[in-house]
Amino acid sequence: MTPGNPRLARELAVRARVVVVVLLGVLLSVLFRFQVLRSSDWLLESQSNRLRPLTVPAPRGVIRDRAGRVLADNVPGYSVSVIHDQPDSMVSTLRRLREHLELDDRRFEELAARARTGPPRPLLVSVDAPFDAVAALQERRSIFPRLLIESRPKRRYPAGRVGAHVIGYVGEINEAEVEAREAEGAEPGWIVGRSGVEAQYESTLQGRPGMRYVEVDATGRIVGSFEGVPGLAAEPGTDVQLNLDLELMEWIDRIFPEGMHGSVVALDVETGGVLALYSAPAFDPNLFAGVVDRAEWDLMVQDPESPLYHRAVMGKYPPGSPWKLATAAIALDLGVVAPGDRMPVSCRGSYVFGNRTYRCWKPEGHGSLDLAGAIQHSCNVYFYQLGLDIGLARLLEVGNRLGFGEPCGIDLPTEAGGNFPDGPEFWERRYGYRPLEGEALNLAIGQGPNDQTPLKMAQFVLAIARDGSAPAPRLLRSAAAGAGEASWSLDIPQEHLEQVREGMRRVTRQGGTAYLSSLEHFDLLGKTGTAQSGGGRPSHAWFTAIAGPHGEAPEVAVVALVEFGESGSGVAAPLVAKTADFHLRGRHGIPRDTIQTLGEHLRAGRSAAWARRPDR
Amino acid sequence: MRALLAPLWQQPMVIALLLLSMFGVGMVYSAGVLEVPSTVTRGLWIRQAAFLGASVAGFLIVSRIPLRWFEWVAAPGYVLGVGVLAATLLAGTGAGTAEGVSSFLSIGGLRFQPAEAAKISTALALAALLARREDPPRYLRDLLTPAALVALPLGLVLLQPDLGTALAFVGILFAAIFWAGTPWPLILFAASPGVGLVLSFSLRLWAAYIVLLGIGLYLYRFRLYLVESVAVVLGNIAAGAVAEPLWKSLAEYQRNRLLVFLDPELDPRNAGWQLIQSKVAVGSGGIFGKGFTAGTQKRLAFLPEQHTDFIFSVVGEEFGFIGTSAVLVLFGYLFFRMITMAEAATRSFAGLFIFGILGVWITHVFINAGMTIGLVPVTGIPLPFISYGGSFLLMSWMAAAVVVALANDDS
Repeated sequence: MTPGNPRLARELAVRARVVVVVLLGVLLSVLFRFQVLRSSDWLLESQSNRLRPLTVPAPRGVIRDRAGRVLADNVPGYSVSVIHDQPDSMVSTLRRLREHLELDDRRFEELAARARTGPPRPLLVSVDAPFDAVAALQERRSIFPRLLIESRPKRRYPAGRVGAHVIGYVGEINEAEVEAREAEGAEPGWIVGRSGVEAQYESTLQGRPGMRYVEVDATGRIVGSFEGVPGLAAEPGTDVQLNLDLELMEWIDRIFPEGMHGSVVALDVETGGVLALYSAPAFDPNLFAGVVDRAEWDLMVQDPESPLYHRAVMGKYPPGSPWKLATAAIALDLGVVAPGDRMPVSCRGSYVFGNRTYRCWKPEGHGSLDLAGAIQHSCNVYFYQLGLDIGLARLLEVGNRLGFGEPCGIDLPTEAGGNFPDGPEFWERRYGYRPLEGEALNLAIGQGPNDQTPLKMAQFVLAIARDGSAPAPRLLRSAAAGAGEASWSLDIPQEHLEQVREGMRRVTRQGGTAYLSSLEHFDLLGKTGTAQSGGGRPSHAWFTAIAGPHGEAPEVAVVALVEFGESGSGVAAPLVAKTADFHLRGRHGIPRDTIQTLGEHLRAGRSAAWARRPDR
Repeated sequence: MRALLAPLWQQPMVIALLLLSMFGVGMVYSAGVLEVPSTVTRGLWIRQAAFLGASVAGFLIVSRIPLRWFEWVAAPGYVLGVGVLAATLLAGTGAGTAEGVSSFLSIGGLRFQPAEAAKISTALALAALLARREDPPRYLRDLLTPAALVALPLGLVLLQPDLGTALAFVGILFAAIFWAGTPWPLILFAASPGVGLVLSFSLRLWAAYIVLLGIGLYLYRFRLYLVESVAVVLGNIAAGAVAEPLWKSLAEYQRNRLLVFLDPELDPRNAGWQLIQSKVAVGSGGIFGKGFTAGTQKRLAFLPEQHTDFIFSVVGEEFGFIGTSAVLVLFGYLFFRMITMAEAATRSFAGLFIFGILGVWITHVFINAGMTIGLVPVTGIPLPFISYGGSFLLMSWMAAAVVVALANDDS
């Protein structure tokens, strides 16, 4: 046996050592391959095992008014997400979350459905969790291991309801949008502009989200942040400055007839910049800053007063008497009338055409008037004849050239175009008959198949305030080329245009329909309108105006529409006058006052000698 | 005092054992440093250190026992070991991840794995059996009794079922018959049915193997009885035939382990997970490692069984190639020392036992380290002296104590 045979023992020992060396050598060489030759591959694997990229939301750009006042900015908020996992455990986490976060049944079901079918990403439960809830959840981290609580900027609208429609609001991106904006790096949880300027300048305001790495354990639970691999800093969105004047908007909100619906538009004459775009009733956009409560949203959508409806750019109303300015402008553009011309038939309270009698609003009649007088007195009989002189076809042709059938092109995502017949074929299509010339009579005084938005009417009087041309109204305040460039133009000699202005000027003079809305420091050139709303309800009240310092070029165009306001002169005109006065006083450094119009001076018992001065 | 502690430095192999064991306590500590809620408590290393203390104390006693006592105790010890293994099958419980395996026996609140003690008793009995021979085994039939002696406890362990420990018994058998002077072709023939079993998953491989075996038998024909050659061929055919039913009789997790060994991506979330994550841990350690307790695969619980079966992965992740090669070199030194001790032993019983234990440890080290890098299938087998496990550490030290006791005996 071996001990008795040292030679054999020696031989076996050598063989045994060889076996040991071979076995350990195999292990060592494989380990060498793993740990020395291929180590970087495995290191990468171990990094991707434990590091997860998380999006760092970019703060949206701030929206400011023309004076730099904040219309929309960001405040710190907290979002709560559930990290992707088995659907069942995600749903059970959601269920337990309801003890701490407000999650109504509908929202819960929605999130549960997304947990089951959604992409393998953190499920955003709340974009804006209340601070105490966040604190409570942080304390219970061990019970909620797969919860992701992040600070994320939250949108704030300091002006609240005022300007809600024009500034708009934001909301969480939906799946279709995520796909559409993949190139920008969009992912669920992004907050995007949903309406108004927020939507219009979405790409400017959005910025680029950054990225940071967190360390996760084998179950996907986040263990901590990871500083080893540099992330990508979020690129904040670009700020946007608007032509809007927040003070003016607030002033309009103060003076707008309480409980009434309607709109006020104010445009800067020189640039076409939108100074005010007001719509009532309004909503508080701050409600949409977080995840929108479904019930609250439904309530707002179904509200019979439609607070979400942007009446200034979407509301279409029969234009009524202010349209006579358009008829006058078209006639002057075509050269069918000179300002001094009088119509063959003077007004006796009605006009007979064909076998029909067309009435003037004043039964006793206006007598013979020139253009300015006809505008001042809003004489239907004059405009019936002017309409006939123009002729239906030409009236429609020029009307369309001035864009009455199209949107103005304001920088907002949604704007309605007016309803205006595109030609005589309209009647055939719509009603099945060829239109008679009599249609021109109705159209000439702002009746018939014609509805316009307050913004379109404002753009039209803007052209009268200028040289007959009008740019697209602009919200964005920018020095970029092309801003303020006219989008259409009337071919009217300036002295003829001045005659139209003269007619408007007389409207607020003694004997004019809006005399009580005249202003102490400024010329207010306007046109009242009381447009039939149909359905036996009160008429809509219009006032379209341009205003500026005495004897100088107009600086602002203002239009007000009050739904069912009944009286253009009594309701809409003071609204326009006070809006224009507020703006112009600010522009010319005159102290502001709540008593502005002649009517208010008289009611307040103040001297209004200015109103009787002969030079006005 | 010096005399009391003398066995600790009389044999240089003990230095290697102490180094490995203390390193092991450190690694068990590191395995407990996690950033996730885990069943592995941070205090396990204290338990391991306490067991190390007990092990060294036991070593100091056992290593002084004269050789003759072990010869006396070999036969009854074997019977007792087999008996306890049988009892474990009836009353045993599982532990940790191997909950379904009844490998532990509880006696008065103390849990231990009888298979660890049975390794020593089987190695003693086998050494006693082979030492009785005057000449080295010449024929296959000379190996029948030793094989049967080992097969009994091995079979009982397989029934637990604990494949890894069963392989350790195979290690005992082959190391001992090797040291008994069995010619290597004979050892290969003895091992051939096992090899055939493994190769039978591929018909072509198996066929090629059978042809090679036939050639081998032909060349070796003058040294074998015809009956033996026929037995080898029949054994191999039988192994090929039982492969499929045997495969089906395996537990699901065992089948999966073998399948993912061939292709870890087959089931990367479940059965392949351990292997993939272990490779990532070892590979990402690089040359110098991520630093003590700083392994991310371990820290974030990607690495399974990081304190027991996969502790070598933690070594690889935290100490890199320097660490893994240092551990393997220490084991290499230990094995070389044991070979030298066997060579120097005056009694064949001593050398045979030393080789039996050497077979156990080589099997453990090669399979354990090999599985962390996908060299061998994942089998639940710990790394001696380093993996966490009180009774395993204690029994490894006891085995070492017997080795030293036998080596020191120059009677």
